[in-house]
Amino acid sequence: MSTTTVETPAPAGEKRPAGAPGRTRRRGEQSRAASLASHAVLIVASLTALFPVAWLFFLSLGPDKDDYLHPGRIWGKMALDNYAFVLQDTNFFHWLKSTLIVGLGTTLIGVVVAASTGYAVSRMRFPGYRKLMWVLLVTQMFPIAVLIVPMYQILSDLQLIDSYLGLILVNCTTIVPYCAWLMKGYFDTIPFEIDEAGRVDGLTPFGTFARLILPLAKPGLAVAAFYSFLTAFGEVAFASTFLLSDDKYTFAVGLQTFVSEHDAQRNLMAATAVLIAIPAALFFYLVQKNLVTGLTAGGTKG
Amino acid sequence: MTVVIDRATGKRRGEREPRPGPGRRLKNGFHKHWYAYAMIAPVAIVLAVLVLYPLAYGLYLTLTDATSLNTARTIGVNEIDATYKFIGLDNYADILWGPTAYDRFWSHVLWTVFWTAACVALHYGIGLGLALLLNQKLRGRTLYRMILVLPWAVPTFVTVFGWRFMLADGGIINSGLELLHLPTPSWLEDTFWQRFSAIMVNTWCGVPFMMVSLLGGLQSIDASLYEASEMDGAGAWQRFRYVTLPGLRSVSTTVVLLGVIWTFNQFAIIFLLFGNTAPDAQILVTWAYQLGFGQQPRDYAQSAAYGILLLSILIVFTSFYRRWLNRNEQQLAI
Repeated sequence: MSTTTVETPAPAGEKRPAGAPGRTRRRGEQSRAASLASHAVLIVASLTALFPVAWLFFLSLGPDKDDYLHPGRIWGKMALDNYAFVLQDTNFFHWLKSTLIVGLGTTLIGVVVAASTGYAVSRMRFPGYRKLMWVLLVTQMFPIAVLIVPMYQILSDLQLIDSYLGLILVNCTTIVPYCAWLMKGYFDTIPFEIDEAGRVDGLTPFGTFARLILPLAKPGLAVAAFYSFLTAFGEVAFASTFLLSDDKYTFAVGLQTFVSEHDAQRNLMAATAVLIAIPAALFFYLVQKNLVTGLTAGGTKG
Repeated sequence: MTVVIDRATGKRRGEREPRPGPGRRLKNGFHKHWYAYAMIAPVAIVLAVLVLYPLAYGLYLTLTDATSLNTARTIGVNEIDATYKFIGLDNYADILWGPTAYDRFWSHVLWTVFWTAACVALHYGIGLGLALLLNQKLRGRTLYRMILVLPWAVPTFVTVFGWRFMLADGGIINSGLELLHLPTPSWLEDTFWQRFSAIMVNTWCGVPFMMVSLLGGLQSIDASLYEASEMDGAGAWQRFRYVTLPGLRSVSTTVVLLGVIWTFNQFAIIFLLFGNTAPDAQILVTWAYQLGFGQQPRDYAQSAAYGILLLSILIVFTSFYRRWLNRNEQQLAI
């Protein structure tokens, strides 16, 4: 033990004697050892983050459904057959269509409905304000278990089971309050003086909202839209319950169909998973910067 | 003191205009705030129709013995009317202290609480660690950040299937362990390891959000605070303890609350990782779903009752959390 401690250079700057030889380190710079350690930890973490996805991709190249148990065999016979099969002979494009309809529908309703509320709770204090905020917060944390049974009953009364509209409406239960919160956070960052100026110039509150604030809030609206879309895209419980026919499944449900009790076509499943994951991840990376600032805007302001 | 003086003169009350009646007040309030109400109307309507009405309906269902066998349904051309009946609070009594209460409810409550605490602690701990590492001047930190966000970028339902391949008997993880001559647990069959894998997968999925949020928080801390504390002779630990942590407080309180709620309600990971095969690794949410949709006959009433209980737990938790925040003079920054 003692040898190791002697060999490692002092990790933190202040431990170094004042007159020590060598370059003086500036603030924020690190000793070599500390920076090596940082890199080591980050590399391990990155590999951990990367591996499951990379592995999925690797398995998707193996043509047999049990290849995931013998990954070594894949090397010799790598092929894109799985992808060809998934694209040509499964319901992949039906699922894509469903996912897009449900995702975009939810996004549209969520953003349109929630925008004015976000503005109202950001700027106005009216009787019932606190109650409304509380309802918005509580609705976001509804476990799916609370609504799923009554929703199932209601939708089946309305003959909306197995329809896109039903699923969009159900998704809206969580999306609408969340969008309202998100947009309130964004509207809070727009200076109040703009509203005042608008009012002085004779605009009504609606006019201020529609003509001054909404155009300024486009990035905020975009964040809410991205978030709604990604949420609807990845939603599992409602989609599994309310969609019944194979060609109406969203990706989240469709992907499960490859593994049934009798048969597990894991190779096809892996290929489909990759086909879903790549565009989703690309989209996420495109929007992530906005998404992250949007989600934490309220938080970081302190 | 003022009160006494007011009483003494006995005037204040008389001088004030008479309070308008409730109808009048409503009208005044409406006059003053009607645009606010008009603006929240769309959300209020959507919430009333899509949330409150189903919630009330669900509450009613919990007081009945509705299952898929006695609710209204259509078989072929025959329409069968609902025959379930009102049974009062029997469902709740049965869940909370019926003969199978421990096996079905309380054991799941314990596991859910443990699951939530463990996952959020891991998310926060690892997320904070990585955020601190990424917040220093380091070569390639943008690349690291991009890679580390990946678990968040890929939809959860996709990654869970990836993990299922890895955790399967003979999957890559067990092959690797075998190579190292370590024991190879059956991750997806054994109760303990099921729970272990569930926490592991959820941690993997949840860390990026925490990391990114906390990184944002770290970057918003004023650098001069660090300089000042360094001038005062604060060591690395002291700077962390007295500058970083307080600076992160408002982000932390928010992400921890969100983390608790999300983890408590986490459906996709456990549902997709195990399906119906793991009764003991189900958390309350997935268990309620299984009662309502994963078995025959479907027990709608009990499932809804579970839902109501779950919601109550969350509301109680959030109320206490907010009160605790208020007592410490912090605001929830959602």
